[in-house]
Amino acid sequence: MTLLSAQHLGVTLAGRTVLSDVSLSLSPGHLVALVGPNGAGKTTLLRALAGLVASVGTVHIGGDVLSSLALRERAKRFGYLPQGHVVHWPLPARDIVALGRFPHGVTDPARMTAKDVDAVLRAMQAADVVEFADRRVTELSGGERSRVALARVLAVEAPVILADEPIASLDPRHQIDVMKSLRTAADGGVLVIVVTHDLGLAARFADRVMVLSAGRLVSQGAPAAALSEQVMHDVFRISAYRAEYQNEAVIVPWADV
Amino acid sequence: MSAQDFTIAAGLAARRRLGATVAMVALVVLLMLISLGTGPVRLSPLTVIEALFGGGSDVSQVIVREIRLPRTILAFAIGAILGLSGAALQGLLRNPLASPSLFGAPQSAAFGAVLVIALGLADVRSYALPVAAIIAAFGSVFVLLAIAGRNAGLLILILAGLAISSLAGAATALVMNLASNPFLVLEIAFWLLGSLEDRSFQHVAMALPFIVAGAAILLSQASAFRALTLGEEAAQSLGVDVGRLRLFVISGVALGVGGAVAVTGTIGFIGLVAPHLMRPLIGHDPARLLLPSALAGAALLLAADIAVRIIPSTSDIKVGVLTSIIGVPFFLYLIRRERRALGGGVA
Repeated sequence: MTLLSAQHLGVTLAGRTVLSDVSLSLSPGHLVALVGPNGAGKTTLLRALAGLVASVGTVHIGGDVLSSLALRERAKRFGYLPQGHVVHWPLPARDIVALGRFPHGVTDPARMTAKDVDAVLRAMQAADVVEFADRRVTELSGGERSRVALARVLAVEAPVILADEPIASLDPRHQIDVMKSLRTAADGGVLVIVVTHDLGLAARFADRVMVLSAGRLVSQGAPAAALSEQVMHDVFRISAYRAEYQNEAVIVPWADV
Repeated sequence: MSAQDFTIAAGLAARRRLGATVAMVALVVLLMLISLGTGPVRLSPLTVIEALFGGGSDVSQVIVREIRLPRTILAFAIGAILGLSGAALQGLLRNPLASPSLFGAPQSAAFGAVLVIALGLADVRSYALPVAAIIAAFGSVFVLLAIAGRNAGLLILILAGLAISSLAGAATALVMNLASNPFLVLEIAFWLLGSLEDRSFQHVAMALPFIVAGAAILLSQASAFRALTLGEEAAQSLGVDVGRLRLFVISGVALGVGGAVAVTGTIGFIGLVAPHLMRPLIGHDPARLLLPSALAGAALLLAADIAVRIIPSTSDIKVGVLTSIIGVPFFLYLIRRERRALGGGVA
């Protein structure tokens, strides 16, 4: 069963082709890691899938053509987590998480239905941020703030989560916490696409890895296959230490080539 | 934490905000009564209330209802729309230093109005003045946001605002320079200082429809400002049409500020100061700040307009001069307080 698919997706920004001829087909309940060198077009692909950037080609989400859906309807289908966990005003964490209910008509976090309150609480529990519900996000550490941002996305309760480098600049424990939360969401039936530079964690947590290079999808499949020695060499220009631990692929970037 | 705790905590915060808002309403009403009682003939608040509802002496009725009421209504409405515009721009740009006057909107509106005055088209019974002011204000904010682009940093906004207000100031100076009649120049010069003196119900009729329309547009966008807390991209992913929101805010600010400037000249810094006064009481939620900021703006302008009538001086101090004299040091204080964030960028 396909939940999200793209046919010949292309994006041109300021005259430069950032993404060309990307076709993919993804099912619910999977955690997909989107990897590639800097400037490969990973963020642009996420944005194109969510309809946040003008593109050519077609995106289908849950049987509908994305471009035929109203903004509000799209918002219910994608939980989009941009890079950097930006929060511009020192609001309490609970209000930030409640913004996840915005597509469902919650315009004021002080006036939520019981259903919305439940969704917000579930998301806060899943991301383990209940203890700082009343603290201002700007006072939280980077790791704590990333979990609040994650809770906000989970609160949308969308069938697809698109997370752009959610673990960048986090300590190892928070990286694993965030990846575990996303893994749990995927196990619950959500399609999660994570952009990351951490090939090790990608191999560890993802069911599927997609490798983007210069705007094209050059490799996809199970982690060990998608991140083959050839791909590591050609796309990332590195060699990697490869092993298996507890029946899972271990890939550690090792040397330049 | 259970769902019940969650709701209770949210309710407590809501009650605190409601209390602050009610207190602001009371303050504004009190200031309106004092404003109606202040002038060459001092009237007590009780006399004012009596006169407002058709009681008391004929003299006090004429003073309150015909002479002072338009001035008080304008001070309230213009202060409110300036405070609201400031809060809306701060919400849109996610920046506590945004305000109409820093972006050249009132200065541009003043240019539009001055042009109409110089061409002899200004008539208190026609809408030429407010329409010209609104068009110029719209143009200035539109150009500012177009130049600054999406996700513009504060530096770019301030520089572009400086350029636009300088251009508007130069254009205004040019109009005065070319004016044939010295009395006209004097009239324009005094008008530019910003004042609420001797305003009639015709002035109210001229400005109020635009102010109300601008306020309605800005208030209707409240929840979008809250979503923008997460940045434009995240807001868009939540279903906010950011492009449309910008257009709404530009239109609302232009209608409100243009309408206000058309009848009072330039009154600066209320839009900058008002939201800051409310944040300690209301919190930083840009949606919740809109209405209290409008109330704070109204209170500030009412107070300033009372002050210019009380401060003893040989010639009248213009209210626009007073708000700038108070507003600029406050702006400097804000820059000092935000220094760290401004230097390193907000995390």
